[in-house]
Amino acid sequence: MAHLYTEGLSVGYEGVPLIRDISLRVEKGEILTLIGPNGAGKTTILKSLIRQLAPLGGAVRLDGREICSISGKELSMKLSVVLTDRVRTELMTCREVVATGRYPYTGRFGILSEKDRRIVREAMELVHIEELSGRDFMQISDGQKQRVMLARAICQEPELIVLDEPTSFLDMKYKLEFLSILQNMSRTRRLSVILSLHELDLAGRISDKIACVRGDRIDRFGTPEEIFSDGYMQELYGMTVGSYDERTGDLELEPVKGAPRVFVLSGGGSGTAVYRRLQREGTPFAAGILWENDLDYPAARALAAEVVSVKAFCRIPGSALVRAKELIDRCRQVICTLDADGAGEFYGELPELLEYARRQGK
Amino acid sequence: MIHRRREMAYGILTLLVLALLFANLCSGSVSIPFGEVLRILGGRGGDPVFSDIVLQIRFPRALAAAVLGGALALSGYLLQTFFHNPIAGPFILGISSGAKLVVAMVMVAALGRTMRVSSLALILAAFMGAMISMGFVLLMSRVMDQMSMLIVSGVMIGYICTAVTDFIVTFADDADIVNLHNWSKGSFSGIGWDNVAVMSVVISAAVFCIFSMSKPISAYQMGESYACNMGVDIRLFRGILVLLSSILSACVTAFAGPVSFVGIAVPHLVKSLFGTAKPLFLIPGCFLGGAAFCLLCDLLARVMFAPTELSISTVTAIFGAPVVLFIMVRRKRERG
Repeated sequence: MAHLYTEGLSVGYEGVPLIRDISLRVEKGEILTLIGPNGAGKTTILKSLIRQLAPLGGAVRLDGREICSISGKELSMKLSVVLTDRVRTELMTCREVVATGRYPYTGRFGILSEKDRRIVREAMELVHIEELSGRDFMQISDGQKQRVMLARAICQEPELIVLDEPTSFLDMKYKLEFLSILQNMSRTRRLSVILSLHELDLAGRISDKIACVRGDRIDRFGTPEEIFSDGYMQELYGMTVGSYDERTGDLELEPVKGAPRVFVLSGGGSGTAVYRRLQREGTPFAAGILWENDLDYPAARALAAEVVSVKAFCRIPGSALVRAKELIDRCRQVICTLDADGAGEFYGELPELLEYARRQGK
Repeated sequence: MIHRRREMAYGILTLLVLALLFANLCSGSVSIPFGEVLRILGGRGGDPVFSDIVLQIRFPRALAAAVLGGALALSGYLLQTFFHNPIAGPFILGISSGAKLVVAMVMVAALGRTMRVSSLALILAAFMGAMISMGFVLLMSRVMDQMSMLIVSGVMIGYICTAVTDFIVTFADDADIVNLHNWSKGSFSGIGWDNVAVMSVVISAAVFCIFSMSKPISAYQMGESYACNMGVDIRLFRGILVLLSSILSACVTAFAGPVSFVGIAVPHLVKSLFGTAKPLFLIPGCFLGGAAFCLLCDLLARVMFAPTELSISTVTAIFGAPVVLFIMVRRKRERG
């Protein structure tokens, strides 16, 4: 049985359903990520899963039990959260904020036992915030606060943790660190994780399942491989400007339109930086000859006015060579990013093309 | 280190309360020597005139100032927690004025029929008024997401209630009006032992409830969503908090009229003294702090221009209002 699942859940505010017929499931130890454009309702769904919004239809079930029938105290021992709400504390150190996670386990007056203190310390070590321990929570940065809130959620010893855009304020290093902590805990402690992310590349790497929230429904639900295909991401986010590469997670701006003025002879990843520079300068360009499995190919396809390409692992056919030469004839300039001397056998006709351009004085 | 600080803070506050209590018994329009006061309290005779002054006038009045001061400070602390707003308090949000209005109405009606109103009936009337004002403030808090706007609407509610009260008091006749007038400006004078007994029972019950809620209050300080995740029943909790803070400020208003700024200034000063905002320490701390603050203010109100007595709010405002300004300036600076 799934750890948490929903049955025809409808969520929304004040009786008006925003998203209907939600069917999500997360198995024990799995990571489920919600993605979708701003304002799609990710937070609304999460709030309904953690019982802060009453469902407008259907049910949320945790361990098979309807979540509304579980007592507040019992639920708080099973489920902890990291939310986007701004926490304003008064004269509280970070350690004290983390320790609030022990709330369900302490007695009438909330006094921490030796065991509670140990768990708080361990949670802070796990998130690497020991050095913040005595600092005032209001005096630290947003990224640091986010990590303190994760430690807080961890020391609540949940079986399921729900996080709403937890990586928003984190820099690269801490984004990875934050998500690795979740991944480790999901593996070693069988912790189930439900989170929403804006970083699609990270979502594709960390998630066991991804749910795409779009308009009034969950548009797709499945493994990352199922979701990141067929240009679906651009469709989900309704992108009309630029492009998103689902394999690498690279975002490219709008290509420059018009007849190519520069021909870029490139390959093996050497050309991407040049394509982007030409895009910034507003120069339309052509690129070639690229095999479709070349590192430069996705960027070239996104940014070049024309790409002369060849199927992966194939010899360059004569037609491609002819087209490339035509383009070189029309361009004012040829940029070569290839190291001709290091060319292997498979560079095939590329040196010939370079020679052709040289002869034309470009 | 931290424990030392809290113990010290409790020690200081307790000593202050005791010292001020005795100061209140000794001084006034007639000065009574400390030794004499001790003898009277010990039941070992002394001058019968002094004995009457101490036992029948000053002692109940000082106790009332202490108990009501503590109640006001706690009420302020609860409201600040409730609205996540450091300058919320029963007076500034118009809750005291609401209580005052209903009490004035009941008193004038009773005077008209030459009835005596019992302490409990006064508390009940004040409680009704407090709840009406509180209802308005809660309605406003739904619309106003800015904390300063909430305060402004509270002040406006206060003005309306005060205006209506003045209207009623002006048109009520009789010599008792002088008393009523003093009361409606805020004063601890004329409080007898029977009143002290009633207020002590009501306020201790409320303080006991509040203290036993210190754990959910600490959860609520983290914000509603997190408190909910920690298993706090938010609706029930908010309801009880509103009820308790209204009972406390109603009790004060019923006996001493509206007293300003104690609810804001004391919790703030006590937090700085303790170096924490944890309810477990602050609930007793605020009560002691409020008691000391009101004892001091009442002492000043009585002796500064003796035999003329100042209204208590005049004195509390002089000490309290600068604290409010200080809090606002500091918050502004924190936000940059």
